[in-house]
Amino acid sequence: MSTPLLQARGLTRHYGARLGCADVSFDLDPGEVLAIVGESGSGKSTLLSLVATELAPDSGSVSYRMRDGRLRDLATLSEAERRALMRTDWGFVRQDARQGLRMAVSAGGNVGERLMGAGARHYGQIRATALDWLNKVEIAPDRVDDPPTRFSGGMRQRLQIARNLVTGPRLVLMDEPTSGLDVSVQARLLDLIRGLVAELGLAVIIVTHDLAVARLLSHRVMVMRAGRVIETGLTDQVLDDPAEPYTQLLVSSVLAA
Amino acid sequence: MNAATGYNFAYLDEGTKRMIRRAILKAIAIPGYQVPFASREMPMPYGWGTGGVQVTAAILGRADVLKVIDQGSDDTTNAVSIRAFFARTADVAVTTRTREATVIQTRHRIPEAPLSEGQVLVYQVPIPEPLRFLEPRETETRQLHALAEYGLMHVKLYEDIARHGHIATTYAYPVEVAGRYVMDPSPTPKFDNPKMDDCPALQLFGAGREKRIYAVPPHTRVRSLDFEDHPFRVQSFDRPCALCGAEGVYLDEVLLDDAGGRMFVCSDTDHCEERRADGHVGTGGMEAAHV
Repeated sequence: MSTPLLQARGLTRHYGARLGCADVSFDLDPGEVLAIVGESGSGKSTLLSLVATELAPDSGSVSYRMRDGRLRDLATLSEAERRALMRTDWGFVRQDARQGLRMAVSAGGNVGERLMGAGARHYGQIRATALDWLNKVEIAPDRVDDPPTRFSGGMRQRLQIARNLVTGPRLVLMDEPTSGLDVSVQARLLDLIRGLVAELGLAVIIVTHDLAVARLLSHRVMVMRAGRVIETGLTDQVLDDPAEPYTQLLVSSVLAA
Repeated sequence: MNAATGYNFAYLDEGTKRMIRRAILKAIAIPGYQVPFASREMPMPYGWGTGGVQVTAAILGRADVLKVIDQGSDDTTNAVSIRAFFARTADVAVTTRTREATVIQTRHRIPEAPLSEGQVLVYQVPIPEPLRFLEPRETETRQLHALAEYGLMHVKLYEDIARHGHIATTYAYPVEVAGRYVMDPSPTPKFDNPKMDDCPALQLFGAGREKRIYAVPPHTRVRSLDFEDHPFRVQSFDRPCALCGAEGVYLDEVLLDDAGGRMFVCSDTDHCEERRADGHVGTGGMEAAHV
């Protein structure tokens, strides 16, 4: 049994009187892909923001195993440590690429930003690494100097992935990375993510309302409803043999192609 | 209060000057850090040097000798009117000679003549935040400065090289001060950046509209940002000044007629005049004499 990379314990967050999410606990192992599924408003994104330390929980904690092997409560990190962790060891692929990219900066600059943030000061090497990553996410090298405003939706998401993975993170958070893309582009993007995750041994927490995405990518699934986790287990088990009535409803409500 | 003009010495009241001096002292104590201050309305529009004028007013003493330059020139509208403003409200001696001045207010240029200890250079700054065009949120840029996260500044230089093949930023070229804060040296040409490094004079920067003051104390390390394989380089000119023959100085292009006639002359008018008084003549020196 390996030691967990990330531990969430009793995460609770209210928005005033309304509940965001309540008492969520889970462990994430290195290289494991966890999908958080549920309908809109079920607290998936709140949970992801809490894990990403973008929101402060009302109660509960998130601990992460740093590169030196120590498990640390993220709330106790200094702001400088927290930001350094987020831009080197973590990635965050957002639903809206405009939030995850600098739209006025070229694709190469977008990928290179994290490298320069980590202290890279050699233009030739930064550019070579950027080109290498664009190649990995199937963006043609002659687009390296184009800003993402000239990219299609699918390309923007792939650029976001390259920008996040360039520093070799161990954990990547993804918030609905495929929604808003048409089906064939979705399929290619999922293929790419699945390949990279396997190749790099990434741990991923992916939030999605699309059960097909969860089935394709994830090892484990957490089903949320009204801010609470109602069912959790191995992906095949949960999706093929759901125990909770709500999960059964969710699984059976997938439109047949 | 001067009974004849009705103004306090150097226009601002003593309470305001003290507030500005406090900001200046803090700025000197933390080189390159932007200190907020309660910028006042001045009798000139924003963009005409309201920040620089307030700093000058706060530090000016009765024995000071003031020089004001705009684009290196002592005789442009902005320079003349600010000089007249202080001659009237503070009754201080004014000069165009760099060497004679104790306080030099400038927009764009650092004089060619080396500055010395005891002199103060006051810059008029339009946009004090070097990260502004990459990061529009003030809360975030403050955070970036506080944590010395300056990767973003290099993204701008990266974009320059990617687009133009070289770092095409020629003015407001970002510098790192005393190994800590990254600072916008106001719209001075990058040609002048090396003069900021280890400068014996005190350099003060005032941004009136943005309400910020920052400083470089004498003999402080000022390093222009660059890449290892694209090192910082200043512009060079392929000809000397047409009037005084000076080389290694910053030149302005002057159009002479509507038939393509032009010449390149020192942007620092005082430097040029001093050289011509010493007998230096450039290739266009004769023509200039009868213009």
